[in-house]
Amino acid sequence: MRPRRLRSPAVRRFLRNRAATVGLVLTVLLILVAVFAPLLAPYAPDFQNLRARLRPPSTAHPFGTDEFGRDVLSRVLHGARVSLLTGLVPVLVAAGLGSTLGLLAGFYRGTLDAILMRVMDILLAFPSLLLALAVVGALGPGLENAVIAVAIVGIPSYARIVRSVVIATREEEFVTAAQALGARDPRLLLKHVLPTAMGALSVQATLGIGFAILSMAGLSFLGLGVQPPTADWGEMLTRGRRYLPGAPWLLLYPGAAISLTVLAFNLLGDGLRDALDPRD
Amino acid sequence: MALFILRRLAALLPVLLGVTLVVFAMLWLAPGDPLLALVGESAQGMSKSALEELRRAHGLDRGPLVQYLGYIADLARGDLGVSVRSGQPVSQEVLSRFPATLLLAGSAMLVAVALGLTLGVLAAVYRRSVVDHLAVLLALLGVSVPVFWSGLLLMLLFALDLGWLPASGYGTWKHLVLPALAVGFSSAAFIARITRASMIETLRQDYVRTATAKGLGKSAVRLRHALRNALLPVVTVVGLQFGGLLGGAVLTETVFAWPGIGRMLVDAIGARDLPLVQGSVLFIAVMFILMNLLVDVSYAVLNPKVRYE
Repeated sequence: MRPRRLRSPAVRRFLRNRAATVGLVLTVLLILVAVFAPLLAPYAPDFQNLRARLRPPSTAHPFGTDEFGRDVLSRVLHGARVSLLTGLVPVLVAAGLGSTLGLLAGFYRGTLDAILMRVMDILLAFPSLLLALAVVGALGPGLENAVIAVAIVGIPSYARIVRSVVIATREEEFVTAAQALGARDPRLLLKHVLPTAMGALSVQATLGIGFAILSMAGLSFLGLGVQPPTADWGEMLTRGRRYLPGAPWLLLYPGAAISLTVLAFNLLGDGLRDALDPRD
Repeated sequence: MALFILRRLAALLPVLLGVTLVVFAMLWLAPGDPLLALVGESAQGMSKSALEELRRAHGLDRGPLVQYLGYIADLARGDLGVSVRSGQPVSQEVLSRFPATLLLAGSAMLVAVALGLTLGVLAAVYRRSVVDHLAVLLALLGVSVPVFWSGLLLMLLFALDLGWLPASGYGTWKHLVLPALAVGFSSAAFIARITRASMIETLRQDYVRTATAKGLGKSAVRLRHALRNALLPVVTVVGLQFGGLLGGAVLTETVFAWPGIGRMLVDAIGARDLPLVQGSVLFIAVMFILMNLLVDVSYAVLNPKVRYE
């Protein structure tokens, strides 16, 4: 008889949490939609049919059409790609840079730690959207600059989390043992110290994706992020509002898509936190 | 108490200086010639010598440190530079927009506190009931639904469809209702979350059990004994939210054409009016920092333990 595979307590806790499971299922679905958007969408996202402009939802166009006669459903489906990508990239950049800074600050302490943490304090002194706007204000509007802006906003939280875990870990026996065995600093940091911060990092990153998607949609809504004609939910909203109250479908579907996506990542992040940190 | 405030103020000084450094650095992050970013299109067509003259007048021919010190000296005099587009002093433009932003943030905060506290307390008291599930769901929606979308939906329903309230603009209390609700709703979500958690924790405390055992009525125990103590962490969130609202109202101000600093900032970014962008960012950031200070102080007033840590 094959032995039954034992699940770790964290996985069991996660699966028992209904909200977390809903978050996971929604996230997987969204990723599938993003990957298979070209197959799922009934039309190309930028296919214009000027004879079918601003049509309300129908069987031919379940989410209606926009002012150029483009199919809103197809644009919403393709928008999932842009949203997930623009949510993921700033988080990867911020988590990468933030973790590195946190590792260095927490491990070496001293002046380096003091300087790095003061810089993080200064970044945290700005309301997050304001800091993003400041960066876009300096660099200029556009997708790349918006991604840079949202990434910069995220850096301090990762740096702080990793730093606090590193400070707690560096005196642990397995770290001093590795040190005594002659492990060099980079190896010690990457192989022994960083893995202890992975739990906290994954929670922060999951919640961070939701926040990044929201921020990117906000910047695109303000005309400072994704530029037309790319199918993006924030950009669809900002154009759709010009056709109110006649064409409410231009508003409903992209907005619902943003909310659902952010909700999915928030549920998933909360669930991960509860599963990894059962003290609550 | 005075010592506590002085200590907090002293700790703020480096952060304030850091914030001015970030805002100052925006000029150097901007692509192209910093002079053009400062004076805009008026520099086009100028002779080379006139441009150099202008560069000297703005102090751009000196080293970065000297320039930064000059910038700080200007700030100390209340000089935030001149808007490229309007030619008006930035300080004047920012101050003229501040009342609108403050009004929106203040009203939104009232909505948020009223809604958030009520939901949070009800959810904690009637834990695992329908009310609790509803409150948790609303709190989740509040942090997931973009404020510009909820604003647009409110506008669609109450202004464009029902015609009860104006869709945008500024001037009467009717103009204030929809933007305040839109912003207030998302902040209410945070407040409800914290109130619920804090209230659940407090209701478990011994002194609450003692009060109940003494035979005090349910509502007296909940309001006079539990809620008062549960409010401490809530104060922090309310303060932070208010500070955030001053800056975060950017999106709502854009949706409702509300003439606040946020909308001015977005317009300034679109028009590449860097001095106005810098001035607005600095002003909002300083307001946010001062609000945090106020939170710390009020926390110390409410909880004497904090003062001695």
